[in-house]
Amino acid sequence: MPRTTIAEFSVESLEILAPDGSVDEELEPSLSEETLFDIYRTMRRARRLDERAVALQRRGELGTYAPGVGQEAAQVASAAALAEDDWVVPAFREQAALLTRGASMENVLAYAMGLEEGAESSAEDRALPPAIPVGSQALHAVGIGWAQAIRDEDAAAIAYFGDGATSTGDVYEALNSAGAYGAHTVFLCQNNQYAISTPRENQTRAETLAQKAVAAGIDGIQVDGNDALAVYEATRLALERAREGDPVLVEALTYRRSMHTTSDDPRKYREEEEEVDWDRRDPIARFEAYLRGRGILTDERVEELAAEIEAELEDAIAAAKGTAAEADPADMFEYAYAETPPWLKRQAAAFEGGEADGE
Amino acid sequence: MASDLRLVEAVKATLGEEMARDDSVVLYGEDVGVAGGVFRATDGLLDEFPNRVYDSPLGESGIVGTGVGLAAAGMRPVAEIQFQSFLYQGFAQLQQHAARLRSRSRGGFACPMTIRTPYGGGIHALEHHSESFEAGFAHVPGLKVVIPSSPADGKGLLAASIRDPDPVVFMEPTRLYRSLRESVPDGDHVVPLGEATVAEEGADVTVVAWGSMLQRTLSAVDDVDADVEVVDPRTIYPLDTDTITESVKKTGRCVVVHEAPGTAGFGAEIVSRLTETAFYHLEAPPERVTGYDVPVPMFAREDAYLPDEERIAAGIRRAVEA
Repeated sequence: MPRTTIAEFSVESLEILAPDGSVDEELEPSLSEETLFDIYRTMRRARRLDERAVALQRRGELGTYAPGVGQEAAQVASAAALAEDDWVVPAFREQAALLTRGASMENVLAYAMGLEEGAESSAEDRALPPAIPVGSQALHAVGIGWAQAIRDEDAAAIAYFGDGATSTGDVYEALNSAGAYGAHTVFLCQNNQYAISTPRENQTRAETLAQKAVAAGIDGIQVDGNDALAVYEATRLALERAREGDPVLVEALTYRRSMHTTSDDPRKYREEEEEVDWDRRDPIARFEAYLRGRGILTDERVEELAAEIEAELEDAIAAAKGTAAEADPADMFEYAYAETPPWLKRQAAAFEGGEADGE
Repeated sequence: MASDLRLVEAVKATLGEEMARDDSVVLYGEDVGVAGGVFRATDGLLDEFPNRVYDSPLGESGIVGTGVGLAAAGMRPVAEIQFQSFLYQGFAQLQQHAARLRSRSRGGFACPMTIRTPYGGGIHALEHHSESFEAGFAHVPGLKVVIPSSPADGKGLLAASIRDPDPVVFMEPTRLYRSLRESVPDGDHVVPLGEATVAEEGADVTVVAWGSMLQRTLSAVDDVDADVEVVDPRTIYPLDTDTITESVKKTGRCVVVHEAPGTAGFGAEIVSRLTETAFYHLEAPPERVTGYDVPVPMFAREDAYLPDEERIAAGIRRAVEA
């Protein structure tokens, strides 16, 4: 009996924009100046939102918050590649992706204030609420993408998750089911190098996370996640394939420059040298250099934008605080079921009336 | 018009009728398509609805989790989990997402998913194939839990579950799949969720029982020298507390029968509610006749585990004689 090789695979990596802002013109996507500026603006908005949110948390005005500093290109450029009808299925660090899709800073802040109002969403928004259980949401994106396939519609769903999520059964089930169903789904794995404190190399012995697609029989590609142009292009191509019933896993290689959440202290598990090295590969600085080189950005425009963002933030903080001030605790009884069951009505009435539960 | 059907036939008929009625209903699960389900509850539906019945990859978390996405995108998923015990592999998706989607999105999204799952002992199945953890699902706010105990109710409750705007765990007693035949209304037959039924009227003692335990209770009462009222809740959550309370107010005595382990079983919830709603009408301590607090044994000892007519009758006698 011979011993023969019956399967081999390779993983491609895509880079378009170098850390110094120079671009590979052959691979450069043709995007309008407006789109390019929008991507830049949203990355800046997300960065400032995260910075302010962490500061607000430190002052006791927000609950635990998961900043996405450093991952702006992976999120914004991928979400920018979506068509209007496409769905976003976020994890809990996807402020930047959600802002790209039109969510408000106010909602992000309200959610961090512990208010469901911040996660209020519907099919019209084409976005699910943030998912806290790691990796669980990938399956929802498969369900949505499968529904598009069943109804022979053109839309696709993009699931966001991190490197740690690829160790969960749900992500594997999602990749596998998406392939089996021909779901219109793109998986956007942000490999930000750490699952809280556990480095990527302790997470898996696989050389890339993109190759997790191989076992599921779908395509995987690695992309420089701090290169907005590469992320955009890889996602655009993945979406094109997904719409045809071929789901794709995109691994965006990036770095969580800040903490896992405001409860975490990354100095306990990583070296400053590594952090400085990734600071030099900052996705916003790189994209800004590119836009300046193309004459799309000037000092004046950058300053104007900074002022706009500060004003937007102040309004959003005030609005979220207003929502918090007006939050009616009895709302918790409103949304558990379409129609409140009798025993629950009793509890709600007892809560409202301050009567004993047994009344 | 009506037909004489077994529970498994009633389930199949209902699935077909609901799919014909509503284009958004899709059926999926392990082996539900070509093979027609291990209990044949979906037999023939793939031929009838070629693009709406799917053999899913094996993986219960995936089955429940993709259902959340299907529902969010406007479908009405009806998933089968081959045996209830394995729904625990999908419990996280059920508890963390399906049950919470409406609350988390403040009503923007709903999850009108029905998860059908055979449950319970008495058919000499493999290890892990005979559990009945209805209390675990009832403990999750946002879910509904439904257990039919007859073919006609099987049809009416399944139709109501599929049409319900919230996620429903629909537990089908394996022991009753083929052991019982009765007249089932043809066409639209809906039994509203949350409404118990009085299966037998009586004045001396109330017995609450569901699933395959209902049939055992009905035959056990023949051996008891008392006028027994038997209440079938049909829906575990939301529980029809009023009907049970009214019955106990009338009889003054109560026995709850279920095959799940007694500790933290759903009988505990029923007795607890009765102490709130009918305490001063109780003339005897409420009795529970349940499975034991042990892992459900393999089938050689299964009959010793499941409450039988003798144990049920003894429980009723204790309540009556106390």
